[in-house]
Amino acid sequence: LTIHLSIVLWLPLAAGLLALLAGRAARWVLLAGTLLTLAYAIVIAIDFQSGGGAQYVTDERWIPALGIHYALAATGLNVLLLLTTAIVFVAAALWAAVRDEPREAPGAYALLMGLAQSGVMGAFLAQDLALFVIFFDLMLVPFYFLTLRWGTDPEQRAGAVLKLFIYTLVGSLLMLVGAIATGVLSGQASGNTTFLIAELRATLVSAGSQDWIFIVFALAFLIKMPAFPFHGWMPDGYRQMPIAALAVFTAILSKVAAYGFLHVVLPLYPEGAERWQDVVLALALASILYGSAMAFTATNARLVLGYSSVAQLGFIVLGIFALDARGANGALLQSVNHAIVGAAMILVVAALAARAGGSEDLRDMGGIATRAPAFAAVFLVLTFALLAMPGSANFIAEFLILLGVFEDKVAIAIVASIGVALAAVYALRLYIRAMHNRVGPHVESRELSLREAVVLVPLLLVVLALALYPQFALERGEPAVEGSLVAVQQQETPPLAASAGPAAREDAP
Amino acid sequence: VTSALAAAQAPVIDWAGLSPLLALLGAAIVVLLGGLLRPRGVRAHAVPALTVLGFAAAIVCVAWQWDERDVLISGALKLDPLALVTTLLVCGTGIGATLLAWRDEAARQVAHGEFFSLLLISAAGMVVLGAADDLVTAFVGLELLSLPLYILCAALLRRERSLESGLKYLIIGSVGSATLLYGFALLYGATGQTRYGAIGAELAKGDLAGDVLVLTAIGMTIVGLAFKASMAPFHQWTPDVYEGAPTPVTAFMSVATKVAAFAVIIRLFDSALIPAVDDWRPVWIAIAVISILVGNVGALGQQSLKRMLAFSSIAQAGYILVGFVVVTELGIQAVLFYLVAYLFANLAAFAVVLLRERETEHGDGLDAMRGLGVDRPLAAVAMTLSMLSLAGIPATVGFIGKFRLIEAAAGGGSTWLGIVIVIGSMISLAYYLPVVAAVWLAPATAPAGAVPATDPVTGRPALAGGAPDEERPAGGVETQVVAAVMGACILVFGIVPQPLFDVVDKVANGIVPGPLITAAARAIGVL
Repeated sequence: LTIHLSIVLWLPLAAGLLALLAGRAARWVLLAGTLLTLAYAIVIAIDFQSGGGAQYVTDERWIPALGIHYALAATGLNVLLLLTTAIVFVAAALWAAVRDEPREAPGAYALLMGLAQSGVMGAFLAQDLALFVIFFDLMLVPFYFLTLRWGTDPEQRAGAVLKLFIYTLVGSLLMLVGAIATGVLSGQASGNTTFLIAELRATLVSAGSQDWIFIVFALAFLIKMPAFPFHGWMPDGYRQMPIAALAVFTAILSKVAAYGFLHVVLPLYPEGAERWQDVVLALALASILYGSAMAFTATNARLVLGYSSVAQLGFIVLGIFALDARGANGALLQSVNHAIVGAAMILVVAALAARAGGSEDLRDMGGIATRAPAFAAVFLVLTFALLAMPGSANFIAEFLILLGVFEDKVAIAIVASIGVALAAVYALRLYIRAMHNRVGPHVESRELSLREAVVLVPLLLVVLALALYPQFALERGEPAVEGSLVAVQQQETPPLAASAGPAAREDAP
Repeated sequence: VTSALAAAQAPVIDWAGLSPLLALLGAAIVVLLGGLLRPRGVRAHAVPALTVLGFAAAIVCVAWQWDERDVLISGALKLDPLALVTTLLVCGTGIGATLLAWRDEAARQVAHGEFFSLLLISAAGMVVLGAADDLVTAFVGLELLSLPLYILCAALLRRERSLESGLKYLIIGSVGSATLLYGFALLYGATGQTRYGAIGAELAKGDLAGDVLVLTAIGMTIVGLAFKASMAPFHQWTPDVYEGAPTPVTAFMSVATKVAAFAVIIRLFDSALIPAVDDWRPVWIAIAVISILVGNVGALGQQSLKRMLAFSSIAQAGYILVGFVVVTELGIQAVLFYLVAYLFANLAAFAVVLLRERETEHGDGLDAMRGLGVDRPLAAVAMTLSMLSLAGIPATVGFIGKFRLIEAAAGGGSTWLGIVIVIGSMISLAYYLPVVAAVWLAPATAPAGAVPATDPVTGRPALAGGAPDEERPAGGVETQVVAAVMGACILVFGIVPQPLFDVVDKVANGIVPGPLITAAARAIGVL
């Protein structure tokens, strides 16, 4: 049963290609494709055996000359993220479909969204380092064209997306060199060049190489998230991206980076991770504080969410680099939570703008709740989830993260706790400024329309389901997260034991 | 006495082995005669058709000789996979360039027979260069490829820039040739040999190590070849020549010349000069790094697409050199693979540039690309793929090529060269992506009240933006076919590159005897 992951991986692209031929019906074809993918992902997630290691393994030689395998597997790390991806893409496709968006070239739009989904899923599923890098780069390409063609402002979108593209590719191209060097250096020691992560884990590269390779990988992931101070592309990119694409981008693409830390960096470069732990933790902390402060002052609702995701991603990095199973578990759960909540919030912003005369500026909003109690309720629940109210899965995740950090980085944990409080401040500010306060000049309060409800309510139900039963995510993630941390924790054991382990090895420069 | 006897013996000539070269030269003569045909319409179509047939015949001969290994004309030429693949690539490019030139003004101005005949002769020169196993043959091949190109660059007789381009190329090219010839002469002076293998054997004896004559010879050879292959800092002529030359000629020059130059670089340095690897390797490394930086920085902000592609080709030559300077078999494979990737991308790009030169009044400016996505979706996709491939984005053959180059660099102990490649790629995004953006953006609106410009080529008044399709100057079906086929190759080989690897691996296996490679690799501390 090895073909299942290939089907789920390429289904969206196939739907996109089909949509290209379907003319006006393109959006429905794409929607059907994403729904089918979702159904498949649900089956895989339910069928997944917790603690059963890699499942649905596919491993074919793709380019023998380069040593690249087409290797896919569902693991505890990616199975939930795969499901989340499928959910968010359904939401994005549905959002566009019920609005008949975009009006021009819907076929090309559908193809690009399909390519984006296949790219992201490929990055999650890849068990070959080179394949991972390829998908990691590839998933960015559709967003370039999506923004170029359907972005907010025709004058500025080309510049904004060029900045986004160059910023993120700077990271991922360096990562490409790092990945190739890993394969080659490890191959020189073991005798054959391979990029299979499982095999690379058996023959780690030398400490000196791990050092710089860790830096290029961390840089790529931190830019993609984005984390402070690598977020320069974010404000312009967020402003210009079409809304459904932005929902996907903020929800999923940043999580690929978080996943990359767990899936690639910690297992393959444990010494690098150990050495740079404090630097990364400091950056995570800075992201939390800076993101929160900026989210509190930004007036563009998209940017409030953009900066809030800088802060949230800071928490996720914090959890991962606690190098502690609880923290990493929390980070994985928070990745899922933030993906769903973040996507829903972006769509809420679109709903808000529709009621505030098309403006996404908080100063033009206010009083939207007056005649829209159901909309207000949906928004409020999402806001509570965003600020990690006790009872939400986000609370559980942040609690686990802080628990992990408290273990041996007490000072960092205490400062990070402030971030939790700050999240409440900016999330509530967003809600209050938009929904209450004085009624804005062009505000027209309307109840949740059917075409908003069909997207937002299911997302809300997912948020509630996660709050009630986070175990579904946690029990699948736990064994895999511990597996990712094994190499790092070997590093932490006394030097005598570490030198006896298989990890430490010198090879040719 | 023995040498006199050897000279007296008539060399055995393997006509079959020479067949690709003979096909090209024969076609050149037939085409030249075909140019004498009276009816103009027949001439305009029969001549390029014969040219395509000539290139195709050469390709058939390559396929026929595919598994042969031989030394031709007493060691002047070699018949091996490298020579055959060079021929294949040159002829493939030749077919592309012929299709592009089919209806071109340049071919009409210098007369069809002469134009296409020169193209074939230049290709024959490249084939000789790629197969040469002797300094003298190599130089003859080089001149055979260069002289027709000087003329072809100036083929647009009534356009000053074209004439300037031809003249500039002639002068700079002659300087390059002279330098190279000096280098060859000194090399002969130092070793007393002209055959590559014999030179290698002489140098391997060791008593010539560090010899000033040898060092000077190597230096001048490198400079001469760098001139020809337009590598920085010997690249100054490239943007002007590429911009001024007729676009089909630029397309041919930018691809085929590079293929031939790399073939001779690989053959000369990896066999004849391999014992002196420590002397020439640092120089080539420096040229590679400088080319990557200069090419990429120079391309930034260029408004003329042909100038941009000229600088881009300098940078691409730098990338390819990285595969060569690691002096491993993997590196040679990377060089050849990347050359193929570069061929696809450049032919597609020049085809689309030519299409827009004919269709719009913006010439080869960036503005000409605007609206392409609406007017010609297929060409737009091809241009997009070409730019993404040159930039090295996954799912294009250019990415696989870069992957292989970086793998070769890392495997050769020069990971830092891989980093130089990706830094170059980062810079390159800033000029490739705006082209992609222009392709998919709305057409440039003509300034209000603009006087209809005169078409620079035909002299007829250019049509206003809103003219109906049938009245627009024809872009030519052939250009779109070339663009579409190359675009398809970029995508297909970007996803299924293994067949290409199988070919280039064979070449790399055949080119340098294994022990030499190992010795060289050991000399630079790899193994």
